[in-house]
Amino acid sequence: MSKRLLLIEDEPNIIEAISFILSRDGWHVASHSSGTTAMERLRAEPPDVVILDVMLPGRSGYEVLRDIRDDPSLAKIPVLMLTARGQTKDRELAERAGANLFMTKPFSNTEVLEAVRALVPAT
Amino acid sequence: MARDTLTGSRIRERRIIAGMKQAELAKASGISPSYLNLIEHNRRRIGGKLLLEIARILEVEPALLSEGAEATLIQTLREAATGVSGSGAELDRVDEFAGRFPGWAGLLAAMQRRIAALEQAVDTLSDRVTHDPQLAASLHEMLSRVTAIRSAASILAEPGEISPEWQGRFHRNIYEDSGQLAETSRGLVAYLEAADAHSAAQATAPQEELDKVLEAENYAFPALDLGHASPEEMADRLGGDISATARTMLTEYLLRYAEDAAALPMRDLAPVLSETGPDPVSVAAALGQPVARTMRRIAALGTEASSGLGLAICDASGVLTCRQPVPVFPLPRFGSGCPLWPLYAALTRPGEPISARIVQPGRPPHPVRAFAIAEPIEPPRLDRPALCEATMLIVPGRDDDGGPALEVGVNCRICPREACPGRREPSILGHDVSAAF
Repeated sequence: MSKRLLLIEDEPNIIEAISFILSRDGWHVASHSSGTTAMERLRAEPPDVVILDVMLPGRSGYEVLRDIRDDPSLAKIPVLMLTARGQTKDRELAERAGANLFMTKPFSNTEVLEAVRALVPAT
Repeated sequence: MARDTLTGSRIRERRIIAGMKQAELAKASGISPSYLNLIEHNRRRIGGKLLLEIARILEVEPALLSEGAEATLIQTLREAATGVSGSGAELDRVDEFAGRFPGWAGLLAAMQRRIAALEQAVDTLSDRVTHDPQLAASLHEMLSRVTAIRSAASILAEPGEISPEWQGRFHRNIYEDSGQLAETSRGLVAYLEAADAHSAAQATAPQEELDKVLEAENYAFPALDLGHASPEEMADRLGGDISATARTMLTEYLLRYAEDAAALPMRDLAPVLSETGPDPVSVAAALGQPVARTMRRIAALGTEASSGLGLAICDASGVLTCRQPVPVFPLPRFGSGCPLWPLYAALTRPGEPISARIVQPGRPPHPVRAFAIAEPIEPPRLDRPALCEATMLIVPGRDDDGGPALEVGVNCRICPREACPGRREPSILGHDVSAAF
């Protein structure tokens, strides 16, 4: 059974591209575009890994990530954070909020693939 | 203020440095001790032969006594010397330097001010880049588009299975995203160009631009007093080269000035003032006017008189919104003043006037009489206290015998009073000049 990944991102064309490459790699990819309702979606269908954009409509990715870490049923899920700014400050914020990996846009497809594979090693 | 009004103070300072008694100097220069005392307290003018004689006895350049160096110049020089660590500048001889080489000292001070202004400009510009929401939004939008294009393009370019249907979809996405990217980049360039056109003005704080205009006019606007011009016309005439923000502030300032002038004309003020002296509380009571307005009017009048009066106004957050300095009581160019000023004390007790004799660090000390009051600037309300504004009138050279003066500063950066409980940041002054008083 393929591993499930939830992509929380609001740019439709980025969703499409990432979904495509990850699906081709054997992942079952779902996407969600709102920060406000992201937690409900996560609780309803807990994935094996999350890709989370920082700039989301409604709530920031940092807030969503803190909620994930505070929720016992989701706390252990690996999270890859995406941001459009590579400042040290953002990296620190992401680390403090509990991100496993941090990636700045524009990233390459290979980088995303490798990051996700590293977060969820094939068993 | 005439440059030579402090000659007496300088003689006194030099005499004390030379370790001479007043009587000794009087005798050596052939005048009576009481006359010398009057000179030293700036109550008698001195010039010509007597000045040369005293300079000879004190072994200083006559120019050092007659022209001296204004407090602000000395202060700027101190700032310049201590701003550079290990500059090796002879801080203890700063007066001598300013006295002997007024041209060089002036140049150095001007450069120091220029550096401070430029540093502030750099701060403002970097603030703009870091905190500009429009810039941040544009960059974020561009990076998102670039990410989507890069991702889709590499799916198409790199080896791997892709159905014609998906291929078409990614081609379309790239086309859309590149269109959006072009649009956003154009917008960004237009925004940066517009910002560039204003950057000269934006690089200096609007308050500073306003201060410069007011200083050039000597803080008095006779045309408004006489009703020969409207505040708006005046703002148009004076604010030709300043930013739109500073222009708005200038208009506000002049509107208030005109309002003050209409409510309290100079012809009403002058007779009362000559009777009571520059005590704004008595004058306000005699004329039935608010104290703060009376202070503003006295300050506007004071610049015409040779005495020179200072005025500082701050809003409820303590930010100085008006600074009209006097040589013996400089006001900081940037930022807020010394927390010990009666100006700030007034904020804690709105409506109650304060009168205090205060003195800034300096040799010789020049105590001034300060009057301060905080008055509400809006009608009373129930949801929060009405906003107040504090006003402080600075009257130099009054009541020399008024007992010990409260020691205050300019601002922490250039204040030598190390142990002050109000200290906000360490002083840049290496030497403890406070030992001198």
